[in-house]
Amino acid sequence: MTIPNQEGSLPSASASDRPVAPMTSMQRVLAALGQREPDRVPLFLFPVMQGARELGLSIEDYFARPEQVAEGQWRLRAKLGHDCLYNFHYAAIEIEAWGGSTLFRADGPPNAGAPIVRDPEDIRRLSVPRIEDSPSLQRVLTATRLMAEQARGEVPIIGVVMSPFSLPVMQLGFERYLILMHERPDLFERLMQLNERFCVDWANAQVEAGANAICYFDPVSSTTITTRELFLATGREVARRTLAQIKAPAAMHFASGRILPRVPDLLDTGAAVIGVSSHEDLGALKRAAQGRLSLLGNLNGIAMRHWTPEQVESAVRDAIRAAGRGGGFILADNHGEIPWQVPDAVLMAISQAVARWGRYPLADDHIL
Amino acid sequence: MSSSDALLQALLTLNRVQAQELLAAARAEHSPLEVIEHLIRPALEELGHLWEGGDCALSQIYMSGRICEELLEDLLGEVLEDDPPAPENAPPRLAIAVLEDYHLLGKQIVRTVLRAAGYQVRDYGRQDVETLVELVRSDGIEVLLISTLMLPAALRVRVLIERLRAVTPNVRIVVGGAPYRFDDQLWREVGADAVGLSAGDILAILERLEVKP
Repeated sequence: MTIPNQEGSLPSASASDRPVAPMTSMQRVLAALGQREPDRVPLFLFPVMQGARELGLSIEDYFARPEQVAEGQWRLRAKLGHDCLYNFHYAAIEIEAWGGSTLFRADGPPNAGAPIVRDPEDIRRLSVPRIEDSPSLQRVLTATRLMAEQARGEVPIIGVVMSPFSLPVMQLGFERYLILMHERPDLFERLMQLNERFCVDWANAQVEAGANAICYFDPVSSTTITTRELFLATGREVARRTLAQIKAPAAMHFASGRILPRVPDLLDTGAAVIGVSSHEDLGALKRAAQGRLSLLGNLNGIAMRHWTPEQVESAVRDAIRAAGRGGGFILADNHGEIPWQVPDAVLMAISQAVARWGRYPLADDHIL
Repeated sequence: MSSSDALLQALLTLNRVQAQELLAAARAEHSPLEVIEHLIRPALEELGHLWEGGDCALSQIYMSGRICEELLEDLLGEVLEDDPPAPENAPPRLAIAVLEDYHLLGKQIVRTVLRAAGYQVRDYGRQDVETLVELVRSDGIEVLLISTLMLPAALRVRVLIERLRAVTPNVRIVVGGAPYRFDDQLWREVGADAVGLSAGDILAILERLEVKP
């Protein structure tokens, strides 16, 4: 997927030159990422485990077969009308490739088991897993290929990697990783080298299988977790080196972490999009992004478990009002994964509210 | 003791040497408990509040907490020399645990704040519901602090509380962790007695619950 710039080849979507027919999801997303107004605000709902519910399977059984995941994604898109297919299974699937384990549960995302690195000195003996040797990652690639066959270029397929800078939270555990970062720069650098190689290989394997863009999850690079000084010396450099080698546009997603003061530092990471938190003001984020980064977010996935239709309407409208004008905005949840406990009725209401409030020119533009 | 702000700055920059010097200067004029109460405790509380407001990072909180743990070890060692601890068979009143997750960071930070405030807290580490209920019952815990990272674990606290109420009705539960920061009603939904949005909140919560060190 190549994102057109202001002079790109996609039809202009200004108020005076709006396409008559609805755009495909791919056209809609490309226009938005090119800082243009498509026919409506793109919507990336990120239902992941919900595919299991669609197919009447447990979460663990669902992820065991790529045909099921592809079918689940396709059914969810048909049901909810959002603008992407999402090949994400669960974060710990990468840890499986490194020799770790996954703990499944019936009511939520699978979680990483015990850290694979108990003693930091073990980092010296780690080697980069080969993508082709990991049955778990191969399942994701198969699911991606199946999605690509169905999508036929009309629906963007979003692949997922954990950033080399954030993966160690699962590899070592959070405490050990923070200590490593601050007190063992030699081992930290070695781990980044290994993780960067793995991340690039994994991202590009997904692109080869049909992913059109890569969501690079990097919560450790958020202001919630690291200082600016530390980020500039570590996470940003890792992102720059890694994203430069990924053969598709990338979104840096901070998984609900705050990022606003750091947006200027993200402009030259190579990311095209940033995933932003419900704890921050979308309008301020949009201004900080300066039309150089698109925004993905920021509906509160945890709070939406109890949203009434009125609350859905208000949340969607407020987000679009804050960030929709001029394109450069994709409405999504703020974490990159819709919680299992969110009712389908809420997700459908979000989709309907986007159809109502997200059509360009935006409703508020008529008023102004 | 006005050097609490100076200690805060030393902690924010992870300057261990400066923090040690500030403590040594304070110790020359005050007792170990006064130094803890008026220097370390306010600095740790303020760190928590800064994080809650988005004005400092978790990496600073955790790494500065490690520095504080070292400082506390020395000071508490002096306290114990002067004032022997309560008999070992005195029932522990306060306990902390992580429910169903390997991320122990939040628990560790809260534990440091509690130690700095003079609380003795039993650390149960990572636990599932069944084991935790048994530990709380058998240890006679009065206040249980629960840290969670993922939403399902945060919701699972409801089951934990129901089972605890059945076997030890007077135990009070304080919850904390990311899911509670994204839904301000979630702590009530699961039946907790209070929620801490940052580590610094815990001392005010314990005061409200009338739990003294």
